[in-house]
Amino acid sequence: MSTELDLAGEVIELVRRLGGPAAQAEVVVTRADVALTRFANSFIHQNVAESGVGVRLRVHADGRTAAGSGSVVTPDGLTALVERTLAAARLCPPDPAWPGLTPPAPTPSGPPVDEATAYAEPDERAERVRAFVAAAGGLEAAGYCRTALRSSAFANSAGHSAQGRTAEAAMDGIARTSGADGVARLAADRLADLDGAVLGARAAAKARAAADPVELPPGRYEVVLEPAAVADLLQNFSFYGFNGKRYAERQSFAEPGVAQFDPVVTLVDDPLGGSGLPFDVEGTPRGPVTLVDAGTTRAVAHDRRTAAEVGAVSTGHAVPGGATWGPMPHNLRLSPAPEAPVAVRPDGPGAGGSEWVGGGDLSGAVVDPDTAALVTGVRRGLLVSDLWYTRVLDPKSLVVTGLTRNGVWLVEDGVVARAVRDFRFTEAYPRALGPGAVLGLGRRPVRQPDRVDGVWWEAPALRLASWNFTGGASG
Amino acid sequence: MTEFDAASAAVQAALDAGARYADARVMHRRYESMSARNGDIEELTQDESVGLGVRALVGSSWGFHAVPDLSDAAARDAGRRAARTAAASARVPGPPVDLVPSDPVTASWASACEVDPLGVPLSTKGDLLVEATKLVADHGADVAEGLYQIWDTAKWFVSSEGHRIDQRIRECGGGISATSIGDGETQRRSYPSYRGQYGTTGWELVDSLDLTAHAAQIAEESRALLTAPLCPAGETDLILGGEQLALQIHESVGHAIELDRILGWEAAFAGTSWLDLAQLGSLRYGSELMTITIDPTIPGALGSFGYDDEGSPAVTRDAVREGRWVGVLAGRDSAAVAGLDYGGSVRADGWARLPMVRMTNVGLEPGPHTLEEIIAATDDGVLMDVNRSWSIDDKRLNFQFGCEIGWEIKKGRRGRMLRNPTYTGIGPIFWRSMDMLSHETVAWGTPNCGKGQPGQVGHTGHPAAPARFRGIRVGVRA
Repeated sequence: MSTELDLAGEVIELVRRLGGPAAQAEVVVTRADVALTRFANSFIHQNVAESGVGVRLRVHADGRTAAGSGSVVTPDGLTALVERTLAAARLCPPDPAWPGLTPPAPTPSGPPVDEATAYAEPDERAERVRAFVAAAGGLEAAGYCRTALRSSAFANSAGHSAQGRTAEAAMDGIARTSGADGVARLAADRLADLDGAVLGARAAAKARAAADPVELPPGRYEVVLEPAAVADLLQNFSFYGFNGKRYAERQSFAEPGVAQFDPVVTLVDDPLGGSGLPFDVEGTPRGPVTLVDAGTTRAVAHDRRTAAEVGAVSTGHAVPGGATWGPMPHNLRLSPAPEAPVAVRPDGPGAGGSEWVGGGDLSGAVVDPDTAALVTGVRRGLLVSDLWYTRVLDPKSLVVTGLTRNGVWLVEDGVVARAVRDFRFTEAYPRALGPGAVLGLGRRPVRQPDRVDGVWWEAPALRLASWNFTGGASG
Repeated sequence: MTEFDAASAAVQAALDAGARYADARVMHRRYESMSARNGDIEELTQDESVGLGVRALVGSSWGFHAVPDLSDAAARDAGRRAARTAAASARVPGPPVDLVPSDPVTASWASACEVDPLGVPLSTKGDLLVEATKLVADHGADVAEGLYQIWDTAKWFVSSEGHRIDQRIRECGGGISATSIGDGETQRRSYPSYRGQYGTTGWELVDSLDLTAHAAQIAEESRALLTAPLCPAGETDLILGGEQLALQIHESVGHAIELDRILGWEAAFAGTSWLDLAQLGSLRYGSELMTITIDPTIPGALGSFGYDDEGSPAVTRDAVREGRWVGVLAGRDSAAVAGLDYGGSVRADGWARLPMVRMTNVGLEPGPHTLEEIIAATDDGVLMDVNRSWSIDDKRLNFQFGCEIGWEIKKGRRGRMLRNPTYTGIGPIFWRSMDMLSHETVAWGTPNCGKGQPGQVGHTGHPAAPARFRGIRVGVRA
């Protein structure tokens, strides 16, 4: 079987032969093995695996650009891909903004691949599901366990090539009781780092603590957002704020050099920090990019096209379809507080420092010391586990509406007082994290999986001065 | 080796490995999209994907495996792996699985197509987008965008019960949008809806949209919205245009009647449903004007097919009849769990994805009025149209939707343009407040319905017409 780099080289050679020496081309070949074991009502109801290969080609010939992709990697299949992409380019209008190909450059080695994760068997995923369900202690459980391997190679007609492999494991589950849900969610480089029993126990503890909620009136509340909820903020910042295309079009709030966030906010996109390939689809080497440094916006994500448009350089964020959607961060981390007090658990049993996260008596809404420390300082506010179905009302101000999910609790005088029914909110995300708006930051970031493997959002818990709840979920 | 041979080999291998039921789908999908911005082509993408997915039922546990290879060896290996994965599922077993009967058929079906969309020269399609977006930009928009998308899918389905069905479904559509950028906010107007109108048709659909004729209007409206008054906050009578009502149907009815959600199979991700099967046939979902059908037979609508991806034939059913909930979107296994006798709404997003319960065409039967009659009958209200944002809770009850544009309605007349119109409510309360419904129905197509893990993108259709709802909360903002 040809390697990905062999196939990429074959495609470049085909372009040279069929399109002439002046044709510029870049190609990415990716093999993927993705498997996902899904459970609901406490049993495995869907269990899937996919072995796939994809070739993505972009050509620029006679001043015109087109892209093509396919899953057929036989000689005939590759030839057909090259022929139709060249034909498409000939028929396209001129592309005066073509930014050129990535020149040869050293590519960093990505994070090490855990072979046991890459080639995990269905039984290994099922075993983690079994442990999650058992640890839920009779509560109804639902979620998934996923493993993924991606092996990718890049080549272009400017002589640049690169290759890399990445593996990821993720588990995301809820436990349910009496209409209340609790969630536990984690992405890791190694399947061995996912403990279904720990996650199931966490979800069950939170579900039990979320039972019998009361409805509170809408309005502005101080909040402690757990990492799953913070992940939603990071995702929307990436898509709408730090997106180089939206920035170039003046549709982003981002203003490099301006203190747009609270000084405790530092945002770094770090693809090599876990499960990321060391190059993007234009072959640009990837590495950490600081987007916000101590509250001041420093950069947005660029591919070669948006970088050329605003006089910057590519940050290695080119993605398929990027000309339409724009380049955006996919591995964003909210840096934790360098030193933050870890409170003794104020609202029930189970205190135990860092051991708390992975075990102990989990029976309350607060199941980790980070959150406990932040909750302690709240005179009256809400503890929010997760956000759901967030959608943007205005992309520039990044006003977002959505709902809470998987547990909300009223906090009074530093103690979780009781469970609360879900809220709808409408909030401007940058304003919520603006100067003076962040009252506390945890010191232990938790990596949250995305719907797509290789994409993750990492954050500690976060305490904010105000969040605009515009209605109860019941009306 | 034909596609049917590959699918049959996969099914047989799954049976040989212990499955008591197996089915396989070979799919060959060609996709093309082109986007333009401010008079220049922004991106042209063409994709061709071929592969096979096989599903095996071992005991009462499912497994699925997909490969991009139609050789006999690869197909058989996929069948064996699907059975092995199903066996692993049995480590965390559930209740017994049955499948409601589906007559094994040998059939062939194709969607109607007058003008092959992939046969239209790229230069013709590109010229259209360039001209339309140039017009939008020339009329004052800061960002003028145009897009078309085409899917041409051939699929071959084989089951261990004897199904042998091939289908070819061609889908396409497109649209344009105008964005004007002000101080601190943007305003967008789209035609005919954001990212376009779609159907199971040929290029004749795009031709019929006449994109260039609407370029100036959306550009001027997006610019005017920047200085238009805000949509007032409070409770009022709400008139929704057909495009927004299609989205309302999709989110607050279509997803709510998916049987897998009702049974809890989507609890951790997409969510559940507020509907309780014990109330099927008796629950009042909406007013008597509300009759919603599940109809995959509508010619040209985006959710149409001949057979679903379990081999069940396209059949029209009622979901809501004169306000009463009477039907669901189901698959063969979920229907058996629920004690129902029909599936017919299972589809897979390509060869690499597991077939699951999906919307087909879920839409409103026409009412007796026209939009102008509805406006004339409204003393004080707001008219909103063309979706800009959508959010709904995991039980499909609490929603908040934003539209691109609104108009004040006073004493039966359309008045000032309103910016940032939003409305919120609870599904059944909202639907029970519908007191006027137009017969100006359009089968709107939604090509981006997300569901499932791994993620699947579904194509759904939603016949809808303008309607009026009483006492709705509008003007929610940060």
